[in-house]
Parts: sequence; C-alpha cells; structure tokens
Amino acid sequence: MKRIGLVPTTILVLGALYCLFPVSWVVVAATKTPGELFSTATFSFGSGLFSNLADLFAYRDGVFWLWMVNTLLYAGGGALLSTLVSAAAGFALAKYRFPGRNAIFNVLIGGILVPGVVLAMPQYLLFSKIGLADTYWSVLLPQILHPYSIYLARVYSQAAIPDSLLEAGRLDGASEWLLLRRVALPMMVPGLVTIFLFQFVAIWNNFLLPFIMLGDDGKFPLTVGLYTMLAAGANQPSLYNLIITGTLVALVPLIALFLTMQRYWRTDLSSGAVKS
Amino acid sequence: MRTNRLAAAAVLATALAAAGCGASEPTQPAPAAQPQSSAPAAPAAPVKLTYWTWAPNMDKIVKVWNDKNPDIQVTVSKQAGGDDAAAKFLTAAKAGNPPQLVQAEYQHLPSFVAADAVADLSAQAAPVKGEFSEGLWRLVTLGTEGVYGVPQDSGPMMLYYRKDLFEKYGIEVPKTWDDYAAAARKVREQDKNVFLGTFSSKDPGSFAGLSQQAGGQWWSIAGEAWKVAINDQATTKVADYWGKLVDEGAIDDMPYFTPEWNKALNDGKLLTWPSAVWAPGVLEANAPKAKGKWAAAPLPQWSAGENASGFWGGSAVAVSAKATPDEKAGAAAFISWLNTDPEAVQLLVKEAFIYPASTKGTQSLTTPPAYFDTQADFWQQAAQAAATARGFTFGPNVNAAYTAYKDAFDKALANKSSFTGALKTMQDATVADMQKSGFTVAQ
Repeated sequence: MKRIGLVPTTILVLGALYCLFPVSWVVVAATKTPGELFSTATFSFGSGLFSNLADLFAYRDGVFWLWMVNTLLYAGGGALLSTLVSAAAGFALAKYRFPGRNAIFNVLIGGILVPGVVLAMPQYLLFSKIGLADTYWSVLLPQILHPYSIYLARVYSQAAIPDSLLEAGRLDGASEWLLLRRVALPMMVPGLVTIFLFQFVAIWNNFLLPFIMLGDDGKFPLTVGLYTMLAAGANQPSLYNLIITGTLVALVPLIALFLTMQRYWRTDLSSGAVKS
Repeated sequence: MRTNRLAAAAVLATALAAAGCGASEPTQPAPAAQPQSSAPAAPAAPVKLTYWTWAPNMDKIVKVWNDKNPDIQVTVSKQAGGDDAAAKFLTAAKAGNPPQLVQAEYQHLPSFVAADAVADLSAQAAPVKGEFSEGLWRLVTLGTEGVYGVPQDSGPMMLYYRKDLFEKYGIEVPKTWDDYAAAARKVREQDKNVFLGTFSSKDPGSFAGLSQQAGGQWWSIAGEAWKVAINDQATTKVADYWGKLVDEGAIDDMPYFTPEWNKALNDGKLLTWPSAVWAPGVLEANAPKAKGKWAAAPLPQWSAGENASGFWGGSAVAVSAKATPDEKAGAAAFISWLNTDPEAVQLLVKEAFIYPASTKGTQSLTTPPAYFDTQADFWQQAAQAAATARGFTFGPNVNAAYTAYKDAFDKALANKSSFTGALKTMQDATVADMQKSGFTVAQ
C-alpha cells in the first residue's frame, strides 16, 4: 500500500506546487515597492504592501472598487442566471420525452466544442445592431446560456432524480412547475452548486468578451481594468506593482467563495461516491 | 474601389474646402433637422462626447475643460494603449458605435483613414496648424489636403546611457554607429555579464524609428498605388548592423519592457538604450535605483557630421467619422484646446507625462525630468532631436507589418539567421496583407 501511494502522492504534490507557485509569486511580489520589484530576490518579501494597497485604492479615485463591484455583478448575476437556466433546461432534457429532444441535445454537445472566444466577435456585432453593446447586458447575456452547464445539469438530474418520485408527485396532483421547484431543484442542489462555481470562476476570469463589448471604463470588470493599467501605451510605464497587488486582491473573493461553498462540494463528491 | 482611399479623400477634401471657402461651416452637410443658424463652435444643446484615451490622468485635464465649457461635455474612458486601442476603435467603428474622440498613434491613423473611421477636420483644425512643426503636421494629414487629427505628443529619439558606467569602462559617448559597435565590443571584453545594449525583436516602433533616422521610407503613395519599401537600402543597413552585433554577441537580444530587461537596467547590466523622449518615465518606474546616473545624448549617426534622428511613438487625437456635425464641431474645439492651449499643454506635461507636440509647449519645458535632474540641458537635447527627427509616411496596415516584424525577427534570433532575411519576410508579409485587403501595391 505504501509503495503504491508514493507515486500518486508525488505527482499530486508536484501538481499542487506547479499550481501554487505562480500564486505564491503574486503574494510575494505584491509586497514589493516599485523599486524593489525588479531589484530584490524573487522570493524575498518587500516592504511596500500597504503603500501598494493605498496606491491601488487611490488610483483614479478608487476605480478599482468600481471594477470589483462590476466583476461581482457579472460573475454573481451571470452565474446565478446561468445556473437557473441550466437547471431548467437540463431537467427538461433529462426527464421529458418530446420530439427534437435528441436534436437539441446534440446541438448542445456541439456547442460545448465551440470555444467562447470564437463567438465574442459575432456577438459584439449582433449586440451593436440591437444597441446593447457597451451595456451591462452585453456581458451578462452571452454568458447565461452555457452548453456545458446544461449538459452537467442533464446528467446530474438524470442520475439524482428517480422517475418514480416524479410519477408519485404527478399522481398526487402536483403541477410540473411544482415538481421542478419542490422536488427536482432541491435534489439537484449539489450539482447546481458545481455549475454555479464553474460559471462564477469562468465569468470572473473572462477577459475577451468584456474587452470587446465594453468601451466605457466605468463598466469594466477587473480583468479588463487591470489590463488597461498594464498596456498603458508604449511611452508610459506599466503600473506593475499596482497590477500585481490588484491581482492579489481580486483573488480574495474567489477564495472566500470556495471556502464557503466547500461543504456543498463535499456533499456533491460523497453523493457521487455512494451512487452505483 | 479601395485602390487609394487616401488619394480619394484628399481630392474630396480639396473640393469641399474650395466649395466652403471662407465659411466656417463644417464640411459635412448638416442634416435637415439641424437648425441652419447653429454656429459650429457653440451648439444649441449641450454636446456629450466620449473620449477613448490611455494617457494617464486625462480625467483631470478634461475636467478643466468641462468646467469651462458646459456646452461641450467630454467623458474620458481609459482604454488599454497602443495596438489594442487601435484594433478596438476600428471594430467599434465598423459596428457603428465608436466614441466621438479617440487617441490614435501616428502609425495607426492611416488605417483609420483607410477604413473611413475618422473625420476630416481640415475646416475646423486649420487655425491650429501653425502650432506644430511641419513634420508632425504631416503625420495627421498623411500628405493629403485632409486633416485627420490634432497632434498630441511625439517621441523624437535620443541615446540614453549610464554616465557612471561609461566612465568605469572607459567609453566615450558614441558619435556614430561604428563608435557604438566598437564600444559594445569593448564592454564585452571587460565584463562578460554586461552589455552595451540590446536588440528587441518585440518593439517594431523602435526599429521603425531607427530606420527613419537612416532615411528609410517604408510606405509611399505613387499615383494610384501604394509603394512598400520596408527592405529599402537604408533599412537593410540598419537591420544588417544590429544583426551583426547580435550575431557576434556584442549586444544582447532580450526585448525591451520585460521584467528581465527591467532587472538588467536596475543591476547596471545594460549601459545604453536608444529610445524616445518619453524614456525618463519608463526608466524611473522600472529602474528607480539608477536615478541621476543616466544621461541623454544625440542618437549615434550613420556617418560622422550627420545630424538626424527618428520618432518612436507619439499620438494624435482624432474625431470619429460617425459623429454628428455638432459633435464634430465640439470635438474639434476640444482637441484644439487640449493640444495647443498653454494651460492644457502644461497639464498634459505635468499630469499625463507626455512630450507635447505643440512647438510652444516644448519650448516651455525647462526643468529636466526628476530622473535626469543632473542633466540641465535635457529639454534642449530633446528639442534638438525633435528638430532633426525624420518621420515617414505610415501605410494603412501598420498592424500587419509590425506583427510580421515580431514574428520574423523573433525567428531570426531563435535560428540565428540573417536579419536581412527577416526584413524581406516582413516586406513580403506586409505587401501580401495589403493586396489581400484590396489595396493596389506597386511593385
């Protein structure tokens, strides 16, 4: 047993190091003043964390907070709406038989294969046509319909909701809407939390869509906002220390979200383990 | 149809200017709904303008204008700078929702004109023409009768060098590029960890500036067609020169503006940087420890006794072609103020850290930048570089040419192949891209 465990453990530890190394660099680099950033040893802490934070929050009258609120709105609102749509669509595809069901499902599978990056440009042109470019909706709407989440919701509801339970509900006279709300949704919660987290992280990290859609810097999410500080034009120095500190601060809500949602993840994993 | 939009625009502009001779009406016919009496400078209803720029602190400068001009209110939207901004503006213009005002680097302006994305301001901007040097004004007229923006800043090139380390290694400030090469070898003989300079395959703007100095003319308009000569004699000379130095290991080949480069500057491992007048800001941010140790000198020359420089960077402010006549008039008034009014230019220098395009603005600079506080004649040096800098006409697809530069020179560095070959690749890629976009290219 011990000998077998050694190899996977080593691989996992290496993987964890590989993932955590850049993050730890961000943590260390965020403490350095601009003078220390490129002149001190890579992993020695600097003395400028608080001045960096103060500078970041003072940058353009605190526009960083506005970007943070925007990002929370895009990621939180987008993920919530996306989860609801995916739940309803996945449940319907799993539990109802209707003409075209397989066709719709196959199109969705195809949709998974199309990277969102490819769609950003056509979406921008379409949104421009209907006058929605450069609005909050232009970033929210395209991220609500997410084929992979629907696929997950379908697979999950197929496995987690017994047909007999729905039948019993129908015999008792429950409407389909009531079945979805009171029977299906509660049983799907662990799966939905997974979908919510997936979507939240995806939207939080999304750069290209908001970059293309938005012109008004008051509507930027953090990714695009920080980028404007990096690409400050050839003749302007990049604000490296502010960007690194901004990246670090932007990680905090994500970490908080994962810590609070952790127990749902566990439920999800164990429920999968028990099922046969 | 797209054979030569620039020439067509020029003819059109001349015709319109002749037709509206003496009148101060905007050149574009006002829609019928517009009251005929509304003077362009003071529209009846307040005009709201959005301004895409990446200059730092532009919000503060615009606030000064907004407080004084309740009828023309400008909102700054800070964008990512450079090539990204240009691509984004072109896309927005095609989709029909561009901002009324946009910062445009000189090399991108021709692509805006070719896409009919920016307005001709020859009527509105005529009064400010005298505020700029001939060379800079040419960059916004593209050699036509039209005026496609008002110059904001410029980047004449100089040679920045580490005074203290030049003394340490016993090097004179190079007067010619031959001197520079000799100095590069001398440094290597004394210390294997130190380089006199580096060749950056990621900064086509720098290479373009050095080619301008040598007399290169990458694009020109010949009658109805474009002529592309990126591998002309002058540019080939420049590419050969740097290729040889890199090849023999006399200079380094790390790109500018990377953490590695910042570190080399901080550690005193790089002794020179042929760069533009905006370099002090970059050095101050990236190599704060070396404050007061750098100095500026004229760029080395190709033959002794010559006196030439080139431009790296610089931008103008352009007005969208989609703007209404009222918006155009307001926008023209605003950008004329922004780039020529003494108070505004002072703010641009102080808040946005630019080297102003306005001639009077450059003359008003006296105190050297803090990073160069030991060099009292910094701005005189800069003015001299500006006066001797050769520009060239940029073509309508600078983006493609610059991308080709990065690819080809990256590859040349990786394969240790010749820079002349890379230059040929860049020339071919640029011509192919222009032909694909429908421009007639003379061979």
